Amino acid sequence: MSPPSDSATRDAAAASQPASFGGMQARSAAALNQTARIAVRNLDFFYGDNRALKEISFDLPERQVTGMIGPSGCGKSTLLRVLNRMYSLYPGQRATGEVLMDGQNILDADVDINALRAKVGMVFQKPTPFPMTIYDNIAFGVRLHEQLSKAQMDERVEWALTRAALWGEAKDRLTSSAMGMSGGQQQRLCIARTIAVRPEVILFDEPTSALDPISTLKIEELIDELKRDFTIAIVTHNMQQAARCADQVAFFYLGELIEIAPAGQLFTAPRHQRTQEYITGRFG
Amino acid sequence: MSMTANPALTPVKDRAAAARLGRRRKRADALARGLSLAATGIGLVFLASILATLFVKGFGALNLSVFTEVTRPPGSNGGLLNAITGSLLQVALATVIGTPIGMLVGTFLAEYARGSAFGNVVRFVSDILLSAPSILIGLFVYQLLVLPFGGFSGWAGVAALSIIIIPIVVRTTEDMLSLIPNTLREAVIGLGAPKWKMIVLVCWKSAVSGIITGVLLGIARIAGETAPLLFTSLGNNAWSTDLSGPMPSLPITIYSYAGSPFQDWIELAWAGALLITLAVLLLNILARSLLRRGP
Repeated sequence: MSPPSDSATRDAAAASQPASFGGMQARSAAALNQTARIAVRNLDFFYGDNRALKEISFDLPERQVTGMIGPSGCGKSTLLRVLNRMYSLYPGQRATGEVLMDGQNILDADVDINALRAKVGMVFQKPTPFPMTIYDNIAFGVRLHEQLSKAQMDERVEWALTRAALWGEAKDRLTSSAMGMSGGQQQRLCIARTIAVRPEVILFDEPTSALDPISTLKIEELIDELKRDFTIAIVTHNMQQAARCADQVAFFYLGELIEIAPAGQLFTAPRHQRTQEYITGRFG
Repeated sequence: MSMTANPALTPVKDRAAAARLGRRRKRADALARGLSLAATGIGLVFLASILATLFVKGFGALNLSVFTEVTRPPGSNGGLLNAITGSLLQVALATVIGTPIGMLVGTFLAEYARGSAFGNVVRFVSDILLSAPSILIGLFVYQLLVLPFGGFSGWAGVAALSIIIIPIVVRTTEDMLSLIPNTLREAVIGLGAPKWKMIVLVCWKSAVSGIITGVLLGIARIAGETAPLLFTSLGNNAWSTDLSGPMPSLPITIYSYAGSPFQDWIELAWAGALLITLAVLLLNILARSLLRRGP
């Protein structure tokens, strides 16, 4: 699907109306019946003794955008951090169940975590440029996994920046520090850095919550563009964003997956009372 | 106290009482401000008089032979060349030894042992070392390196100064690394980087100006230390770059010359004190400008 083009109405919708989901019906349920890139089965997650995710099962369909919504503390970000094993950084956090990717349960102890993270990239809430040049920011991740010649690396950097819609702004300042870029540029730099590693799945954790509306729009258009090549999961607090970007949307509440459905269906005809209440703004 | 109406929560009715209260608060404010200013003034007067005396006597005693001549017997027009060289040598070596150790310990505390019991013990010990009287460190090294190896040596002095600079570098390294937001670490890890690469390539790079600042302040501290050198490198009135024997240093020379009855020695002590003060001042300015510039 092409991204919605009427940017003016998009911003207006984001600013005022609680539920204007135009253009979204086009993403039909039929489009979702594809192979699962990642399959989550009976996933439980614990912060110490606190069970934060309960019996979660769902699929991330290949080259589709899966939106994750729900009130704060519902477990959506926790779930995202399971998909690239980010939680393994912290002792006391553990997951049980299955997260299947390429026939392997990535929760297994013998999984090569660094190789997994090369396949499952992540973009964070706040832009996180590294204290180095724009070029080195992009090359950093590539160097971890591949040995490229200078020419190949130049090519990869240009490719990643182009895909992240940043090449035009960055091409003349590749050797200057990334810390001097604007917030929106930094976030696109982080996206470029992630795709430069050529992952298969990209996880977005509220990627626009620290950005202004124009930068938000650019990121959303980018996500729409990226799903041609990547499987995408996006956590967002903004339901308009989920409606605009996602093919299927999952609604979480108190650690449970209440409902997962094609975006058009979930926002117009939710099957569950809780979903209905949340998307109409009655709680959350 | 009434149970029904809390006076603090009811609107002010008595305007005259409110005005009295206002005047009382203004007086209290004026008093507190006056006391603070007076205390600041007292502190500044002492500092200024120390510096003024040092500058007048120090610059008065400063001449070229201070830098070109070694220490000599009284009345024979000596200089401080051997003391300056000895100090530079010992401080430089102590910094070269102490900085990597301190950085690694600080990194361990910030990146590997955050919140762990062992980390807390290490941090506690390091903080005690930070404020330990330096003469104790001198005595410790005396027992460890001077007595068993048959005498005072420059190496013992280097060891004592290293022990003093290590906890300073530990503290600043840990503090600077702790300022780095966790999201930056996760961003590096999220690309598939092993933890050591995250630390070396991103965390240290983010914290480098702060760490250098800590090292500079540490150098400033050990450059003026006298007590730990008394029991270790002892001092030497001749030219010496041999670290296995007694070694001269500026603080020790100042210590022994300032207490002597000879006018030319006392003047040399003033000159030496001025040189150390200027060096420390320079290091502090450098550290501050580095910190202000940020990463």
